[in-house]
Amino acid sequence: MHTFAELIIVFVILLDLALAVTGSLSSCIRLVAVQGVVAGILPLLAGSGTPHARTAAFAAFIILLKGVVFPWLLTRARDRSGARKDVEPLITYPASIMLCLGAFIASSWLGSRLPLPETNVAWIVPASLATIFTGFLLITTRSKAITQVLGYLVIENGIYIFGLALFVEQPLMVELAILLDVFVAVFVMGIAIFHISREFDHIDTAELSELSDWRRGEYGK
Amino acid sequence: MEIVKPLTQYLAALLLAPLLPGIINRVKAFFAGRRGQPVLQLYYDLYKLLQKAPVYSRTTTWVFRAGPVIGLAAILTSLAVLPFAGRPSFLAFDGDFIFLLYLLGLARFATVLAALDTGSAFEGMGASREMQFAVFAEPAFFLGLAALARVTGQTSLAGMFGVLTGDLWRTAAPVLALLTASFFIVLLAENSRVPADDPNTHLELTMIHEVMVLDHSGPELAYILYGAALKLWFFGALIACMVLPRHSGSWAGDTGLFLLAMAGVAAAVGVVESVIARLRLIKVPYMLITAFAFSTLALIFQMGR
Repeated sequence: MHTFAELIIVFVILLDLALAVTGSLSSCIRLVAVQGVVAGILPLLAGSGTPHARTAAFAAFIILLKGVVFPWLLTRARDRSGARKDVEPLITYPASIMLCLGAFIASSWLGSRLPLPETNVAWIVPASLATIFTGFLLITTRSKAITQVLGYLVIENGIYIFGLALFVEQPLMVELAILLDVFVAVFVMGIAIFHISREFDHIDTAELSELSDWRRGEYGK
Repeated sequence: MEIVKPLTQYLAALLLAPLLPGIINRVKAFFAGRRGQPVLQLYYDLYKLLQKAPVYSRTTTWVFRAGPVIGLAAILTSLAVLPFAGRPSFLAFDGDFIFLLYLLGLARFATVLAALDTGSAFEGMGASREMQFAVFAEPAFFLGLAALARVTGQTSLAGMFGVLTGDLWRTAAPVLALLTASFFIVLLAENSRVPADDPNTHLELTMIHEVMVLDHSGPELAYILYGAALKLWFFGALIACMVLPRHSGSWAGDTGLFLLAMAGVAAAVGVVESVIARLRLIKVPYMLITAFAFSTLALIFQMGR
């Protein structure tokens, strides 16, 4: 059973790497959804014995939210903003994957140093830290507003797995509250992206750091 | 008596290796709805080429003639080290996997030098590409073997695959699965199979390996083709040993299973070639970096256990 949980952890890390190299926006959305679903399955396997009914219901809720609702919201936001189909990274894909690998090495070192309670499943702490870092990577090195939402979701996945490492019987209320926050955030960001793209004809964040009037004045010279 | 079995294994590898490209071609033909070449086509080709007299360009020197011979000799030596069906070959020693890597490097170096010696700009381009992809493929392969050595606690290939049993797959499945995937990608790239290179193409802008051997003819082309088949056998045998941990004690049973697994690996290559399009040239390093990432992850996992 734990070998299976370990396989899932490896799968989560491979999804991190895939996110670092995927160029297409729609497959990025799909990968984040798959990662959310996989992370949702994990608590059913990490505990010993048959899972609690409450745990199962909670896992089903997470899978529904991360696997169906978020991808649907994000795909809608992407279609409405009329964005180009690729993620437009600021650094090359090999550099992204190397950063990801470096992050995994650093987080496995960090995971062995942190004074955490003993976990049943190996590598769960390094995997969660690496996932959080991948989220940061998506936020900082991709130039679209929608990939920033994706990075935010990946960070949430990482924090969720980290929570699993600490408490196998996690305080569900806390996790539910976080999920509600994330849900509202994705919803609001979807609307915000739509408004940004209607206002500025693009969702490129590099352009958003400058005032549009000021730029127009510069061109007028 | 103890020397007979390793020698039989070695001879079996030498005789059966040209079957693998035949199996791959038949699988591809099946997917395309054709009947395809005979499975033994490469044997016929080799026989035909060995009858012919080679033709040399006036610009070439002895380097050009030495290339195929050194390449074939290096691969032949590496097969004498490689375990067969999880059993040691007669040249196995501690740390032999590093020796193997250098033999493969030597074969590549000889082929590249021969290509450069023709003085054709065209072959120089192929040589440059071959070396460029080797820069990515070799670390992936080396790290993978290092991770395997770490998992099994052995430093010879025969020892590694001797320790590799079903129990190890149960406890270290993620690491071994990652390594198998990494070796398979390296197999595709090193043997110029489809996602990296198309063995059938003769379109000058996209060829990698084929372009380097354009000027060879007669028996030397036969050496190169045979060397390529042996190299495919080499990587296929590594993967077959990975996915098929030794079960029974009987030599004949293990050998039969191993040969079946080899045919399975060849069929898998054929399926991959049929369902995946060739990657753009600039994307090939990405694929190899993926293999590198798999190997690195496997190594880190193993260190962190």
